[in-house]
Amino acid sequence: MNMYPQRKYCLLKPISARRLFNTGSRHRWLSRIPAKTQTSHIMSKRKLQDAHLPVGECITEVQKILRERLCHQRLPDKPEGVEAQHRHLLELLKRTAIHGESNSVLIVGPRGAGKTMLLRCVLRDLLEDKEAQKSLLQVHLNGLLQTDDRIALKEITRQLHLENVVGDKVFGSFAENLGFLLEALKKGDRSSSRPVLFILDEFDLFAHHKNQTLLYNLLDVSQSAQAPICVVGITCRLDVLELLEKRVKSRFSHRQIHLLSSATLAQYVERVQTQLSVPEDFPDTKFAQEWNDSIKVLCEDKSVEEVLQRHYNSSRDYRSMHMLLMLCLSRVSVARPAITPADLLEASRLCFADAKANMLHGLSILELCLIIAMKHLNDLYEGEPFNLQMIHNEFKKFLQRKSNSMYNFEQPVIMKAFEHLQQLELIRPVDGSSAKTQREYQLMRLMLDHSQIMDALQKYPQCPTEVKQWAMSAFG
Amino acid sequence: MIFSTRYCGFVPWMLFASFTVLFAIEEKRNAMKYFTRLRVRRVYTWRGKPLRFNRKLKTFEYGSLSIKVDGLPRTTIINAGQHILIEGEDEDNPYVAKVVRLFGDESGKQKKAVVQWFARVSEVPLSKLKLLGREPHPQEIFYYQGRSCDDEVNAESILRPVQVKHLDGPAPFPDSDDKDTLFVKLSWDSKTFKLVESAVVESASEPTPASSPPPFPKPSLPPSPPRSPPAAAPASRGPSRRALPTPDPSIMHRASSGEVRYRRATMSAGKASTAEAESLHSTSKLSASKCLSAKRRCSSASTPGVRKKLQLNSPEKMTREDLVDHLLDEELESVMLAQRLSSSPPQAHSLPHSLTPLSKTHRAPSTPLTHRLVPLTHRLTPFRKTLGDPSGEDAAHLNPSDSPPSSAREDSTSPQQRDVMEAEFLTGSLKTPRRRNDTPKRDLSTRGQKAATPSRKKEAKTPREPALAALAEVDNENSPMLPSAVTPRSSKRKSAQLVSSRIRKQLNLLENHQLSDSDGEEEDEFVPSKKELQSSSEEEEEEEEEEEGLDSDEETVGKRSRRNAAGSLTPRSKRKTHVSTRTQRKTPNKKITPGTPRTPRHATPSIPSRSLPARCPGNVLEEARARLHVSSVPESLPCREQEFQDIYSFVESKISDGTGGCMYISGVPGTGKTATVHEVMRCLQHAAEVDEIPPFHFIEINGMKMTDPHQAYVQILQKLTGQKATADHAAALLERRFSNPAPRKETTVLLVDELDLLWTRKQNVMYNLFDWPTRRHARLVVLTIANTMDLPERIMINRVASRLGLTRMSFQPYSFKQLQQIIMSRLNKVKAFEQDALQLVSRKVAALSGDARRCLDICRRATEICELSAAALVGMSHVMEALNEMFSSAYITAIKCASVQEQLLLRAVITEFRRLGLEEATFQQVFVQHQALCRVEGLQPVGVSEGLAVCQRLGACRLLLLEPSRLGVLQRVRLNVSQDDVLYALKDD
Repeated sequence: MNMYPQRKYCLLKPISARRLFNTGSRHRWLSRIPAKTQTSHIMSKRKLQDAHLPVGECITEVQKILRERLCHQRLPDKPEGVEAQHRHLLELLKRTAIHGESNSVLIVGPRGAGKTMLLRCVLRDLLEDKEAQKSLLQVHLNGLLQTDDRIALKEITRQLHLENVVGDKVFGSFAENLGFLLEALKKGDRSSSRPVLFILDEFDLFAHHKNQTLLYNLLDVSQSAQAPICVVGITCRLDVLELLEKRVKSRFSHRQIHLLSSATLAQYVERVQTQLSVPEDFPDTKFAQEWNDSIKVLCEDKSVEEVLQRHYNSSRDYRSMHMLLMLCLSRVSVARPAITPADLLEASRLCFADAKANMLHGLSILELCLIIAMKHLNDLYEGEPFNLQMIHNEFKKFLQRKSNSMYNFEQPVIMKAFEHLQQLELIRPVDGSSAKTQREYQLMRLMLDHSQIMDALQKYPQCPTEVKQWAMSAFG
Repeated sequence: MIFSTRYCGFVPWMLFASFTVLFAIEEKRNAMKYFTRLRVRRVYTWRGKPLRFNRKLKTFEYGSLSIKVDGLPRTTIINAGQHILIEGEDEDNPYVAKVVRLFGDESGKQKKAVVQWFARVSEVPLSKLKLLGREPHPQEIFYYQGRSCDDEVNAESILRPVQVKHLDGPAPFPDSDDKDTLFVKLSWDSKTFKLVESAVVESASEPTPASSPPPFPKPSLPPSPPRSPPAAAPASRGPSRRALPTPDPSIMHRASSGEVRYRRATMSAGKASTAEAESLHSTSKLSASKCLSAKRRCSSASTPGVRKKLQLNSPEKMTREDLVDHLLDEELESVMLAQRLSSSPPQAHSLPHSLTPLSKTHRAPSTPLTHRLVPLTHRLTPFRKTLGDPSGEDAAHLNPSDSPPSSAREDSTSPQQRDVMEAEFLTGSLKTPRRRNDTPKRDLSTRGQKAATPSRKKEAKTPREPALAALAEVDNENSPMLPSAVTPRSSKRKSAQLVSSRIRKQLNLLENHQLSDSDGEEEDEFVPSKKELQSSSEEEEEEEEEEEGLDSDEETVGKRSRRNAAGSLTPRSKRKTHVSTRTQRKTPNKKITPGTPRTPRHATPSIPSRSLPARCPGNVLEEARARLHVSSVPESLPCREQEFQDIYSFVESKISDGTGGCMYISGVPGTGKTATVHEVMRCLQHAAEVDEIPPFHFIEINGMKMTDPHQAYVQILQKLTGQKATADHAAALLERRFSNPAPRKETTVLLVDELDLLWTRKQNVMYNLFDWPTRRHARLVVLTIANTMDLPERIMINRVASRLGLTRMSFQPYSFKQLQQIIMSRLNKVKAFEQDALQLVSRKVAALSGDARRCLDICRRATEICELSAAALVGMSHVMEALNEMFSSAYITAIKCASVQEQLLLRAVITEFRRLGLEEATFQQVFVQHQALCRVEGLQPVGVSEGLAVCQRLGACRLLLLEPSRLGVLQRVRLNVSQDDVLYALKDD
């Protein structure tokens, strides 16, 4: 029931993702010291107070704690920067849980702003109250998982353990299920039935369901004297209310909790520091002290500040920050038992790396030449689409000028290179062009910016000078 | 002594006769049932001449109606006073009623009947069934006392007679699988259930004088022991095969018919008796036995002279009949006493009545009168015991505590027990001197059986038939005796004893006479030919089988055959096999069901209830908040008085006229449409409760609360009748319900909320909803609610819009004064708001939408803010804050809170738009601007990937509108906010 579905929208770039999950260094390190760890475990238990763990042990522990924190597996003790929202939401849910008052609320904020974290913190705090814990029922839905009302209804019925559930299966048709659920909610009343908390993650996607039946019914229940429910929607769309039909909208209470962080740079840096610090109950106090000190030093570093400034300018949300810190953390090892400014710079470089430019590095000279030809065509015709024949002609002109036959390729070879570029999605056919046209004449567009091409050329290993010159010359 | 010998003689015959009668009825019923199923045409004709002519109404009254079914030689006779089934919209559950009067018009074309209705469980609204406080028995019916039903029906809607039994309040329902017997315990007047007197059920609406001619006129018989066999049957009705009527009702039933018969005779003789009126009058007041005796008295008197004497009712002048009557009455009384003691259904006692004396009198001629009390249950054992034991068992018999278990057994008409009974009777009857009669009959019956169906299954059942036949015979032969047993109950016991000896003598004589020669002709007249009987019973059995087969499809042929094979000729073993087959039958059922579990049919959906009670509001603000919640129902709906009045009068007039109509109500959300209609319905229901208007049925569907427009049919049907059906079937059923003339229909008020959701391409759902009210017999009022005023013109095709009609009403958005009034009335003197604050809220909301819900929500939020700021009263500042929270657009805040790069990108977008002069640009174009701006701002230019990420973030918040991200730099970008807003938000930086 308390399952939080993993979000699909992973913002990780392919490369950084690979790096992120590359925990090889740690494993290598673990294998290097096999027997010691066993004994040290016993030791740590015996003398916990003046524990002086081996460095390896400490680093493992630090990485464990920080990974949990950065991968959102452990909630912060207190949400930062959203105290007012936290209080508002907690009060609201408390009234539902304890007074049986029906409510509806939307939590709105950009991606990665901590909406789900806020809700989870609130729920954690709410459930500390025994009375609330005893009575509150929770239903978690996600617009990405419950893609239509039929599935959503089944999920609700399942999570509420209503009577038409056998095991994990819900029986009955869509209409029956709806009728059943509505009947169930209708039978309840404010004072006697257990309050139900409906959490609709990706709320905006529910608004796209047919007729918004589910939303209408949930909000209608929340506005009528039936079983007490609280509908909490989580969305990143600011215009979510415009998605609702007017009768659905009228039934919504229009409470919105906005999570818009207006943190300053100083706060941002401080946040980084707290995120990287280890808690005080760390087994090895000495190591903890050292680690925290090193983090403090790190954050005061000039270059680090610059990097953080750049990240701050780019985005202020938690998730991008966590990604950066995660990259830093994975570089920590026994040999380098602290995060250095260099680590942060490297991590930042990875974060800002241009995906397309990296792909250009892997192209052959011929393919690169074709790209350059396309760039020239783009310059020449101001972004009009082009076809293979035009590119080939442009390429031929270049070859003629240079009178160097080393790049003279047959038509089929060029065709193959062209197809490869299309597969890499560096070029894409114009939408309207039909598949019937011969491949040579199919209109294409380049999906690269000039700056990306020039960047790639600069870094391309052993790039022939004439090609470089050709690329830089104003006209083909 | 003489008395007992008399019993010895006639009782078995009585029994037998009753069997025959029942058999005949049964047969008819089954025939009718069978043919109704096949939808065979029925021909209705009056029997006999009109009894009376009503000059005013120009109607002829008739005594009985005969129904002839095409292709079936027999006819069914419907007499006044009989319980009948009347065609209704539900084929399986036709209406139940009791005929009061039958009449037709001059031309003879129209045949009508005045009936007293009974309501089936399914006809009682589901909500009211709760009043019952228990699960209704499926066979239970309620004596209907509502006023709203037309008690005049078309006689041609009569299907067939039916058995109706009255049960005492606490008495359990007989454990019967017989679908054809219905039980009355309570009366239903559309509001409450009340206990009903058996007398009321049976005779409150006794047929008016001269309503039924004697079904079996036998002018040849001497008048003094009135020959009406049905009247004689009471005691022996108990053991009939199935559909046993309770003795009391049946006795009275018979009695009444006997009376009627007699009345006709008197009428024909030209003497309207005042006494009759008197007795009739008394029936309504007297207890069941009293009225019974009264009727018997009437019927027993064969000549006016005797009757007159009887009316004097003096002990001195009592005739022999009177005395017998009296004795029987005593008996009846005691039976009733026993019933009460054992609280078992009355029917149980009727049998011992006739049987035990039979056995006892063989050896114990001196048994006192009380013997007749012996509960039926001792039927067999005592039977045999008494045969051997001359005097002993009386005490045991008298012990009422013995009766409940066995009587319960007898109630159940389950086949095994029937078999037992029959077997016992068989043995019993064999001991009677009329044994010889049995043999030929058995032959006959078996022969008939073989002719009809050669299957073995039938053979297994043969042993039953002779027994039945024999029993029937008994009844028959006994019949002349019975009227003599009718005594005014009120007559003094002493007098009865005085004359008892004389009676005994006479009875003895009579019995002897009977013993010698009475079987032949009477039997012929009374009982339909044995063959026919046989075959019909077989039919019935077949049908039974069919029904069972239908019930459990999974029953295999193999099982059937096994069962058949198992049937041996001895009754006992047969019973056993029957039992075993039944158990076998049940098992496959269970096996098959779990295969695919479905939604439990009667699962009661509910949210579990909380262990700790919800806390009540603690302070003024909390109280105010609770009152301001939209869900809290206000005492009245202010500001909608006019609309309320209009809807009220519309619906009320339709209800009281018994007509139908449509109304369309429109208005923007939150203007109180549904609330007003609900309020109207509450008021009307209250009015109906205090009998200002006829009762009606209110049901509600909501277009948003169904998954498909066609589900509307399903929901309507379910709310109307509790049935579940598929959409198509439900549509058909509703169509039938609303188009067929069903006489006892309450007006239905149907509220269709969110009408526009019921739109389909063919618009057939809407069409039907609006077409039904126009039907003559529908009595349907449809109130429809939607948001748009011109919905009929916009989405409905002409024929639908035309049927919706022009009764429309539009709810205007609330003005600020109205909103203020609404809040005030909700707060109801809870002082939580400053007056200015209220006015601010209402003005603001009225200016924006006029949505009352919004207004209440804002007030509620304001109380919360107030609570946080620890102020006592909600003031302007709190309200302002709440208003800002709810109305201010988040866009500007969002832009202000966006990161530097995001803000730059927005700026770049605007710059690019200005450059292009278009409101759209590709990311590539915007990106160029973005980099330029970065340089201007002195920031490090961002890469394409990062720029795209920034753009995506803005797109996710819907500050920008983007094409799918796979287009990369080619995707087009648009602003979702006005440029001015963006510039305003960015200005401060």
